[in-house]
Parts: sequence; structure tokens; C-alpha cells
Amino acid sequence: MYNFTFHRPTTVRQAAGLLARNPDGKLLAGGHSLLPVMKQRLAQPSALVDLSLVEGMTGVELKGRSVVIGAMTRHADVAKSDVLKEVMPGLAAVPGSVGDPQVRNRGTIGGSIANNDPNADYPAACLGLGATIITNKRRIAADDFFQGMYTTALEDGEIIVKVSFPIAKKAAYEKFKHPASGFALVGVFVSKRGSDIRVAVTGAGSEGVFRVPTFEEALKKRFTAKSIEGMTIPATGMNSDIHASPEYRAHLVSVLTKRALNKANA
Amino acid sequence: MSANGIGAPVRRKEDFRFITGQGQYTDDVVRPGETRAVFVRSPHAHAKIKSIDVSAARTMPGVIDVLTGAQLAGDKIGNLICGWMIHSKDGSPMKMSAHPALAAGKVNCVGDAVAVVIAESQAQGRDAAEKVKVDYEVLPAVVDPAKAQAKGAPQIHPDIPNNTIYQWHLGDQAAVKAAFDAASHVTTLDIINNRLVPNAMEPRAALAEYDAGTDNLTLWNTSQNPHVARLVISAFVGITPEHKLRVIAPDVGGGFGSKIFIYPEEVVCLWAARKVKRPVKWTADRSEAFLTDAHGRDHVTRAELALDASGKILALRAKTIANLGAYMSTFSSSVPTYLYATLLSGQYAIPSIYCEVDAVYTNTAPVDAYRGAGRPEATFVVERLIEVAARQMDLEPPELRRRNFIKNFPHQTPVIMAYDAGDYNASMKKAMEIADVKGFAKRKREAARNGKLRGLGYSTYIEACGIAPSQAVGSLGAGVGLWESAEVRVNPTGSVEILTGSHSHGQGHETTFAQLVSERLGIPFDSVSIVHGDTDKVQFGMGTYGSRSGAVGMSAIVKALDKIEAKAKKVAAFMMEAAEGDIEFKDGKFTVAGTDKSAAFGDVALNAYIAHKFTGAELEPGLKETSFYDPTNFTFPAGCHICELDIDIETGKVDIVNWTAVDDFGTVINPMIVEGQVHGGIAQGVGQALMEGAVYDQAGQLVTGSFMDYSMPHAHDLPSFHVGTTETKAPSNPLGMKGCGEAGAIASPAAVINAITDAIGSEDIAMPATANAVWSALQRAKAPKAA
Repeated sequence: MYNFTFHRPTTVRQAAGLLARNPDGKLLAGGHSLLPVMKQRLAQPSALVDLSLVEGMTGVELKGRSVVIGAMTRHADVAKSDVLKEVMPGLAAVPGSVGDPQVRNRGTIGGSIANNDPNADYPAACLGLGATIITNKRRIAADDFFQGMYTTALEDGEIIVKVSFPIAKKAAYEKFKHPASGFALVGVFVSKRGSDIRVAVTGAGSEGVFRVPTFEEALKKRFTAKSIEGMTIPATGMNSDIHASPEYRAHLVSVLTKRALNKANA
Repeated sequence: MSANGIGAPVRRKEDFRFITGQGQYTDDVVRPGETRAVFVRSPHAHAKIKSIDVSAARTMPGVIDVLTGAQLAGDKIGNLICGWMIHSKDGSPMKMSAHPALAAGKVNCVGDAVAVVIAESQAQGRDAAEKVKVDYEVLPAVVDPAKAQAKGAPQIHPDIPNNTIYQWHLGDQAAVKAAFDAASHVTTLDIINNRLVPNAMEPRAALAEYDAGTDNLTLWNTSQNPHVARLVISAFVGITPEHKLRVIAPDVGGGFGSKIFIYPEEVVCLWAARKVKRPVKWTADRSEAFLTDAHGRDHVTRAELALDASGKILALRAKTIANLGAYMSTFSSSVPTYLYATLLSGQYAIPSIYCEVDAVYTNTAPVDAYRGAGRPEATFVVERLIEVAARQMDLEPPELRRRNFIKNFPHQTPVIMAYDAGDYNASMKKAMEIADVKGFAKRKREAARNGKLRGLGYSTYIEACGIAPSQAVGSLGAGVGLWESAEVRVNPTGSVEILTGSHSHGQGHETTFAQLVSERLGIPFDSVSIVHGDTDKVQFGMGTYGSRSGAVGMSAIVKALDKIEAKAKKVAAFMMEAAEGDIEFKDGKFTVAGTDKSAAFGDVALNAYIAHKFTGAELEPGLKETSFYDPTNFTFPAGCHICELDIDIETGKVDIVNWTAVDDFGTVINPMIVEGQVHGGIAQGVGQALMEGAVYDQAGQLVTGSFMDYSMPHAHDLPSFHVGTTETKAPSNPLGMKGCGEAGAIASPAAVINAITDAIGSEDIAMPATANAVWSALQRAKAPKAA
């Protein structure tokens, strides 16, 4: 690890100010993606702005017909939130499937979304539910937020404060774990909220999380696995590495979508 | 059996300090004025070093020195060596190229050490290492053993044509050919035994200290055999004479073979410590461990089995290319030869066997012994062949095995090994009962209803352990003898210290060795302590590998205890004024036959030291004995593992639902520890079969260089194991022990792959059988065959 300065602001405004004064600085949320690359000297931020003492950034709340999760809420806390398990267990299952207990007890929703790892779980949930990412500057629809591998709509100095998920009547996440990392080799989040039907896929695409319009269209008639029976997505645009071929990933998208639908309908 | 004696499932003594974080590993040892070594490593798999500029690094804060291969050579530090001579079939000795501890003008794998920074702190060392400028001329690389000998392949060492180290063979080629010509059935398989990264929990480390006053060097290191390390470092590398070097391998957190070998880093730390006159410490980070620990396996094999119409095996033939990596590691040459081909008879009476092995250099990390070392590769060949042959001949796999099991002992195989004891059908029969093979068909139907393909796979393995008689291994090319030593020191108060040349790095010697002594001397288990891992304390020892600590190490203790008893009887005779021949020893008590006179072991020990009851002319005071034990044969643990698994048809994911292991380890000292060894071995074997695989890309970069890409088995990847034992005593050692450390890793890969291929109805699957690989195999199996 290279040297850096370490800051622990207590308000979002202070944090934003520190970021502005440290153009090569980085926000520290859970640190489970950032710290390993710093230890390997692959990242060299001049400053870390630790958000752990910032007030009002944690918690899972019911607000009208949405669930609002503070950006610094740990995966473990989201997973065990009674409020969330009551209104949308399909979403609670997402952080519950992340990494291992150590990761779940440090990693945060804001950190995961801001990093937009192409194999992360939360991006699928955000896109699959049409969440709104609320920053210190604006509200960003999930459809606009995720812009490719490790790339988001966040601007310099912008800090995710919370994420608002509309409550879907039916929602479920199905994940095929990467055998080594525990990330999603492929993960599919499906939801049905009135006429808004979403199928969001993480892990598979070479450009990160994406929706599957053909599946969504077919599910408009009936939100069941049967509606997409026999449907596939093309292997082009799928990731290819030693763990899975593009064809296999594309195949898993179909399989996991059907399993997620069965789960959502269970 | 006493509560803590032989056969008791005693809890491990050493676990208290490990579990409470009080173990003393090499990195925990801190010496005054200690510095840190940080290695500059090659980012290229194959390159010429045009120049190294250390000037900028030297001026960095905290830097004490920056050293390169040129200085190492200038100081006449010798090369690392491979200590097992193999001769090619034409009689020529193996071709070993130079392995300097720091690269000399050329790098041959990613991670090759090019220079070392000695700094006040690790962080300063790393900062400075980044400032070392190395100008490389990158050369094409070869990583695939099957391509290393090809015309036009990159030449790795100028003195080794075709990258070929040896072309070795074993067996009667003509007899095998004749048998194949006459066979009514031949099964042929192409097998890749995938390369593995050992991944001991504790990474390798070395701490070297130079005492200018005495000119002595001390090395703390993560070694499975500190005496051998001292011998090689002094006699071959020439750091300092043997008596001027002390090697201490304190608590060591796992080895699996990878810590047998002598590595560049410990040589460099010793050399640098004398140069900078301060202690020098290096602890590998996990990335370095992936790149530089000696890897395991990496064989490419074509194997054939010839049978007659009744299913009687006539002959076995194998041609293997073994990847030894960029340099020949300490025992690398022996693994794909005498630890491999000699086990190709498996548990079967096979009249003739012929095996050819080409060992090649590639631009990859060195490959050497890894849990099982050669025997897993042999077992995989034999057990895949017999399973496939049974399927092809429409026989039940256990039935074909039964028809060919060796039933009479001793049995001389055509590949050197003479099996001395075993009952192979007994372990298979017991395993089939525990696994409820009878109910399998029903379970398969039930699984099918849930969209699962269920498969059952067998592996009736054998291994040669307790390595081994010195004369035998010497005749096969070993540069060392493989006996073991023990010293028993009885204190005046009757407590006992055992100094052993065996090294414990997870095996639980402090417990099992104490059980043996407690039982043998009739003294409390807690009155025995085990001392190991220090060349200044233990006179000499060959270390721990090849499941030898029990069969060889404990046998040495038995021999020394025999001498203790004999001496103690003399003391007791003087104490009780009886004839030595009338003294009997039982349950910790010396008695005079036919009288009620007795003396406790502790009293005899005290009298041995106070020496009031005898004169110096009559008897030497003291109670301390040493033994060097050399076994008369290898031991041959064997058994049967049965794997039952489900395959998710849609995803190809394999889920092991039941695992049965019935092993014959001979005498078992501590069944709980033995079961733990079996569990760990199976986990490693299942890891190899389903998950693990070191992958290099064509440029020689290690793609699986971290736990993000290298899949280690987790607890949730494994079922609860059903473990049983059968017992035939090993006749070659006084305890009848065979060894258990490697069995699980040897047996299990074939059981897994046999089960998968049973489930999918195709033999077309390689290790690791990842979900993607199994799914692809299923697609291929159902695709119409091209005309």
C-alpha cells in the first residue's frame, strides 16, 4: 500500500468538501474492493475519505411504497432487516448472497453500486427493481446509473447517500456463484410491479449489468417461467474467461431467469 | 488401550496454542535489528535481462542494500539442486540446468527473482523494489508440457535441447506389446492431470541471522525438513559449512509437500544477512506464494489397459509428459518417475506394465511433490482405466476390480514395488455397504425426478508410503537416505522429551507421538513433550512427507524406547538388588519376577541420574537413548473411496451427496487425527477434480494468481464424509503402521470423475470438472456425432 491521507468526516457536506480538495482521493465505504487493490499497489489514492462516521447514511426504512436503504448500510444489516424481509424478501436475499460473512459485515450497498463491478449482485437488484440512486446532488434512475464495467453516472465529488427501491409485488434473485470468488458468475434479478416487468442480469455481460428486453416482453403476458420457455439470449456480448464461456453464460441467463421467476412466484 | 494410549481419539495438544493465536511461526520470530527482504520479480515468463539498474533504488529511504544475481555469482553462491538422479532410457543422466537463487542474465518464469532489496521496513522495501529498473528482452514462452518438445518451441535453457530433462522408462516394453497384441479388449484414455497450487495456509517465510562473533548463521524457515535444508544449503549451495548453520522450522502452517524444497528466498536471506550484518526476513505474500511455491501434478498422459475376454487384466501401458516448470525443484525428478510409475499396478495383479515418462522444462513455476506426489497421478490413470474398461465390457466396475485384485501377499508387481499386506476386497466390500450401493438405482431414479443426473464412482487406490528404505531409494537415484531418527531423553523426574527428525506442520505429532510414549512407558500423556524442527536440538532427521512420520518416525521412537527400557532395567536391577534378567517392565512399573518388589518408572529415572546404587564402572549414569530407524520396505496403505453425486442438468453443477472412504492404514494411533487427515485429503482431491487448476496463458502469465480466480474447495462444497477403516498390519515396521496423510488426495479425484462420467454417460471430461465443463460435456454428448 502506498501512503495516503485518511479523513473521517461526519457529514456528507464535509465528505464532499474533502473529495473536492483531494482530486485523487477516494471514498471509503466497505473497502472490500478498494483496499485489496491498494494493498496490491494497483490503486494509489492520495486520500481516503472514510464515510463510516457520516450520520444518517445507514438503515433500512419503509417510505411509502419504497424501501430506502442508506448507502453505508452493511450487506449483513440489509439481509437481516425485518422491514425488508417483510415487504420484499427477494431484495433481502441479494446482500445475503454476497461474498462471505466477513465481506457481508463490512461491505455496503453504496460501495457496491458505486464500484459497479460487473459481477456484483446489487447492480442487478437496482436495475431489476428500477431503483433510484440518491446522491448528494441528485436522483439518478438505475437505468441511467450503470454505464458499463466499473463505470457509473456518478460525477466527481458526487456521493451516493441512499438507494430507494420501489416495492415490487414479485421479486427474486437467482445467482450462480463463481466458485472461487463467490461473486455472481451470472445473477438474474426479476421483478413485477404492476406493468413494470424487469429482468436484470449481472456477471454475464462484458459491459456489466443489463436488462433482457426480449424476456421482459414475453413476461408481460404472464410472469411465469413458462412464458420464456425455449427463449435464449445470444452469446455475443457475454464475458469470456477461464471460468465460463460466453455460450455457457448466455445459457445460464435463461436458466437462472426461469429459476428466479419460479422463486418470485413461489 | 489406555485413555491416552495407542488407538485413543485424544484431542490435539498443539491446538490450544494454534487456536488461541499463540503459535510461533517464522514470521512471528522477531530478531533485534531485523530487516526486510523484498524481491524484484520478473513480470515476464521468458526474457533476457539486458541490464539491471539499482541506482535509484539504493537512494530510497530505508534501503540498506540492493543485491542482484551478478553479486550472488560473484560471491560464489552455488545453484539450487535437484537431489534425485534419474537416468534416461539410453542410460544418460538427466539434464539439469542451473538454478541460481537470483536470475543470472535470463528469467524463465513469471516471478523469477531478479534482485532483492534489503530495507528497514517492508513498505520501504517495496517502494525501493519498484525503482529497480530491469531492461528485459522478452522471448516467446512455452507453458504446455505437450508443446515443450516440439520443433521450434522456445528453448528455455541453452544447455537442455528440446527442453527435455529426461526420457525415462520402466517395465518390459516387449512383454507389454505382446500382451496388447493378444488382448481381446483394449481401453485407451487421454488424461491431463491438472496443475495445482499448494496454498498452505501459512505462506513461505525465511529469517536469517548472522552472528559475526562466531561466524554462525541461523535460519528460521517454513520447512518440512530443516536438516535437509541445512544439508543442501551448506553442501550444495555453499552458503556456509553445515556445522556453522542452524536451521529452525518452528510452527509451520501446512506444507502439503511445498515446504520440503529448498527455495531461492531462504538462500538469498542467508547470503544477505551476512552481507548486511543484520537479520533479514522475508515472508511471502499470497501473490508470491501463487507464483513461486512449487506447484503440483501437471501430467499429460496416454494410458491403455489390455484385458482378455473374461476381464482379466493382461497389461498396462502409459506414456506421460511431466511438466517440471522452469527449474528442477529439490525432488521434482522423482515424482513423475519412481513415485508414479511404480504404482501403476494399483491393487491389481497385472502381469506386465510399461511406462515412459518425458520430463520437460516450461516457462512456468517449478513443479514438485504435492500431497500424494506421483501416486495421485498413478491412481487416476489406473482407476479411470479400470472403470472405463468395466463400462466398455459391460461389467460392474466393482466386479472387474474384484476379478483382478491381488489376493496373495507378498506380491511382486512388475514395477518394482513388492506389496506386503492388504485385503483390497475387504475395504471395497465395506465401502459398498456403507455407501449403500444396493440402493443407488433407486436414488438415481429419485434424483432424475428432480432434474438431476446421479452418478456413482469408485476409486480403489494404493500408495507407497512411509518413504522408505534408504538402500532402495538410493538404488533408484535418491541423493539421501530416508530413515528417521529419534532421541528419547528421560528426565530425572521421569518426564520425557522426544527429539524427532519428523516435522509437524499440521499432522499432530505432539499428540500422537506422546500417545505412543505414554502407552509404551506407562507414564502420563502430559509427561511427554515432543521436540522437533531445530537442527541444534535434533541431531539429524529426514523430515515429514510421503506419509512417513508414523511408519518411519514413530518406529524410530519405538526403537529408542526399547533401548530406554533395556537401560532402565539395568538401573532397576541395581535398585532392587536383583538380576537384570529377572526385571520385568509393564504399565510403567519395574518388578522383580516372582517377588513383590517393584519400582515406578519415575523412581528408576531418578536413580539413573543420581547414580547412588551403582558405580560408574558398573553402569553409565543417565537415561537417554537414540535410534536411527531404516524401514525394510515401503508401506502400502490402500482402500476404497466411493463418490455419489448429482449433476444439475441445466447448469452442469456437481453436488457431491455422499462420500464413503474405507482405508487400510494398518495400526491407527489416533483415529480422530486419522479421520481429519482423510477429510483434508478428500477435500484436496475433490478440489483437484472439480475446482482447482493453475492456468497459464500462452504468454506464461499465471491467470489463476489469486483466490479470486483459483478455486479452493470450501466446506460447503463438500458433504459429510462416511469414513471407515479395515486393518492389515504393515509387516515392515514395529507398529504395523502404514500412513494416512496422503490417501484422501490420492484416492478422491478418480472417484469424482468416475462418478461424473457415470452420471453423464460420457468419458469426455477433464479436471477440473467445473459446472461449465460438465455442461459442455453434456452438450457434446447429446449433439449428433459428425459423420
